[in-house]
Amino acid sequence: MKILIAGCGKVGSTLTKQLTSEGHEITLIDHDPEVLEGIMERYDVMGVQGNAAAMESLEQAGVQDADLLIAATDMDEVNLLSCLTAHGLNEKLHTIGRIRNPEYRRQAYEMRSVFGLNMVINPEREAATSISRLLKYPGFRTIETFAKGNVEIVEVHVTADSKLKNVALNQLQNIIHCTVLVCAIVRDDRCLMPDGNFVLKENDHLYITATTSNLSALLRSLGIITKPVKNVLIAGGGRISYYLASQLQESGMTCEIIEQSARRCEELALLLPDARVVQGDASNQNFMETERIDSYDALVMLTGLDELNIVMALYGSARGVKHVVTKVSHGENNLLLNELEIGSVVSPKELSCNTIVQYVRAMQNRQGAAITIHRIAGGQAEAIEFIIDENSKHIGEKIKNLKLKKNVLISSISRGENTEIASGNSTYELDDTVVVITNSSNPILQFNDIFEAEF
Amino acid sequence: MNYKQVGYIISLLLLMEAAFMIPPLAISFYLAEHAAIRGYLASIVIIMITAGILYWVCRDRKGGFYAKEGMVLTGLAWIIMSMLGCLPFYISGEIPRYVDALFEVVSGFTTTGSSILTNVEALDKGLLFWRSFTHWVGGMGVLVFLMAIVPLSGKNGGFTLHILRAESPGPSVGKLVPKMKKTASILYLIYVILTVLDLIFLLIGGMPLFDAVCTAFGTAGTGGFGVRNDSLAGYSPYLQNVTTVFMLLFGVNFSCYYLLILKSFKEVFRDEELRLYCVIVFSSIALIAWNISGMYANIGEAVHHSAFQVASIISTSGFATADFDLWPNFSKAILMLLMIFGACAGSTGGGIKTIRLLLLFKSLKRNIHQQIHPNRISHIRVNGAVIDEKVITNVGVYLIAYTMIIIVSFLIVSLDGFSVEANVSAVLATFNNIGPGLAEVGPTCNFYAYSTLSKLVMIFGMLAGRLEIMPVIVLLSRQTWKKV
Repeated sequence: MKILIAGCGKVGSTLTKQLTSEGHEITLIDHDPEVLEGIMERYDVMGVQGNAAAMESLEQAGVQDADLLIAATDMDEVNLLSCLTAHGLNEKLHTIGRIRNPEYRRQAYEMRSVFGLNMVINPEREAATSISRLLKYPGFRTIETFAKGNVEIVEVHVTADSKLKNVALNQLQNIIHCTVLVCAIVRDDRCLMPDGNFVLKENDHLYITATTSNLSALLRSLGIITKPVKNVLIAGGGRISYYLASQLQESGMTCEIIEQSARRCEELALLLPDARVVQGDASNQNFMETERIDSYDALVMLTGLDELNIVMALYGSARGVKHVVTKVSHGENNLLLNELEIGSVVSPKELSCNTIVQYVRAMQNRQGAAITIHRIAGGQAEAIEFIIDENSKHIGEKIKNLKLKKNVLISSISRGENTEIASGNSTYELDDTVVVITNSSNPILQFNDIFEAEF
Repeated sequence: MNYKQVGYIISLLLLMEAAFMIPPLAISFYLAEHAAIRGYLASIVIIMITAGILYWVCRDRKGGFYAKEGMVLTGLAWIIMSMLGCLPFYISGEIPRYVDALFEVVSGFTTTGSSILTNVEALDKGLLFWRSFTHWVGGMGVLVFLMAIVPLSGKNGGFTLHILRAESPGPSVGKLVPKMKKTASILYLIYVILTVLDLIFLLIGGMPLFDAVCTAFGTAGTGGFGVRNDSLAGYSPYLQNVTTVFMLLFGVNFSCYYLLILKSFKEVFRDEELRLYCVIVFSSIALIAWNISGMYANIGEAVHHSAFQVASIISTSGFATADFDLWPNFSKAILMLLMIFGACAGSTGGGIKTIRLLLLFKSLKRNIHQQIHPNRISHIRVNGAVIDEKVITNVGVYLIAYTMIIIVSFLIVSLDGFSVEANVSAVLATFNNIGPGLAEVGPTCNFYAYSTLSKLVMIFGMLAGRLEIMPVIVLLSRQTWKKV
């Protein structure tokens, strides 16, 4: 497909990387020639220098015969105007706009046909949603949700005193008293797809598929404390903090936001009357002590500096905060982060990219396309959700009789409200939702791609 | 330096070169030319073995490919390809000295068309075909061809841009479409279509098939190797006119043809480089025709010869229909200037390129304006778009390197004791990839008499001229071969 990406920032370049590897023709628009040059030397793409909202630049980038425009510049207004103009130049064009300002949220959604928008992405809001989900089920490093919230893939770290240490996977039933499936394991920076004889070791990171109703049972049986999080300390007063604070308050948690800029504190206090907004420097340990960092159930580091987030997350863990969430904007797939005691890592750009890649794959392949795609195991594996349609192969056959590609695993099958963790005897029927895990280098674009080619 | 990545691509290129030798081999088989058959078979075996060893050594390649590798690959690829590509001439014994064979094939690949052969017609047909075929292969670029057929771009395929930039002529080379493979395919498609058109027109004019194919190759690559001793002088005026038109067409930036395919006629018509190219061509034709009108029977014939020679020199082909060495000095001076000017960027021609002249002229104009209004801020624009200052600087640097190479080459070549006119024009004709020069190396003569040293200097000049200096110069820099 011919895709235009406006803005080569964090989201733009991550998308470029992913979409070129899937074989799309990408044209980038950015006002900075040096940024364009840098990205053109890394990926097989074309660059157009100019204003992404101007007709000239869009025409020069070939908007007339493009299939999709992703407007991801750092300004919402430019993104909106870009989508509007591009849609005017090419009616068939699909557009995805990044709109971050909370004030525009409603109009971007309700007036999307006026703006010519097919989809609105808001990385900060997505990040906030994923953080609040983590805080609702404390104990897991990451949580990915599938099948309308019925299936989750959670990350569990095997610590020195974990019950899972030195356990073979086929013995797992004796420890965890519910049906779960270990679908991927990261050991020594490598992602493995395990079989039943696999023995867990200390420092393994497990990715476990479980039904949502079993999550609490899973936590209990693993001996991970399940005391719900009641109060949360948020460092940094950006947009994620705003979205997060409002979501946390809805689910009955209290939160305190620490922000350095007095003006931003004023704004936040106006927007969030129930939250406690404190002006101060989150990098100052004395100040954090006076804010009684150790008395909080959870610490969420959301400042604009990755280094500060990581250092203060380490400090929080050392001071005994049970649950720590760290936002990392650059290098989130750096497996070094797994070694650090910084709790869960959340990357807004990665979340947005997943959403967009999903949209692109769905556009490209309407039949049997993935509904959601989540990158797990530090980006080394993908969990993909499919709906079985009439073109899907092997409907009603037992999974153990299917010839799946190497490194592909069917992890769960959801039928209506019921979800079954896949086993050898499971089958799938029409309209079921199936979650597939893969760490193969070739992207799985549609459901039938998971099977070995038949000759 | 990532030697293994570079070696891998060169091994693919050599396989391609071996494949390219099959058509001339077939011709030699058909005509039972035993020396040429022996030459080709031995060359193909040697090339295949070299490629195989290289491929085996580089089988566990990994790691990145950046600007430096792109430059080095391009420089090395052309040198290695030439060193192996001349083997058929050498092994068959038709050109007994290796340096001469190398000169001939470098002249072919770089689309120069300077020859060391005193009697072209004595050469086997299969070898003549190879000589002209190298023009066609070298014209659009061998690495570009490789990129069109082999998916070099894997996961991080941006590096192919470095190769395109190093191999394609012009100050700011870009892609036509986002995918490099498609860009390269479009360029070659245009190239093939134009070549076939040329061939058809030549065949209509009654040119024998073999001559027509070789002439079309020579015209397309703007090379200039002929299959007859008198170049194109012996063919009918119609055939000469067809060649005139196609030489000019192959000197035009190929992105203009792409714009024509996209039906953006207005943009093509308004292209400043194309306009300047046309102005230079038509004014030169008129001036020379006026200058030589006394030598020919009527003004029509003068225009005919003037047009052919101007097209041949500005497109850097180097075919000839008249011995322009006998023309008045004013006409020779114009032709010398045209040698330096060269064709448009992104064409198959050589020289400084029309776009660089345009940029130099515009930056000169800006500097004059800035002398008058020292605080004035102004940008240089071409076709309405602002040109990056880096490009302007690079054009200046290019001109310095260009001048220096010419001066040094001229000094070395002068050791051989030919006339100054011959030496200057020999250096200009090889460095700008034209072919014949003036006086002792004029259109009716050849480069055989020069010493081995001079030939090596000119071989270097031809490669440097074709690849626009930098990819060849970086090979000589110690920085390039350092580990970090």
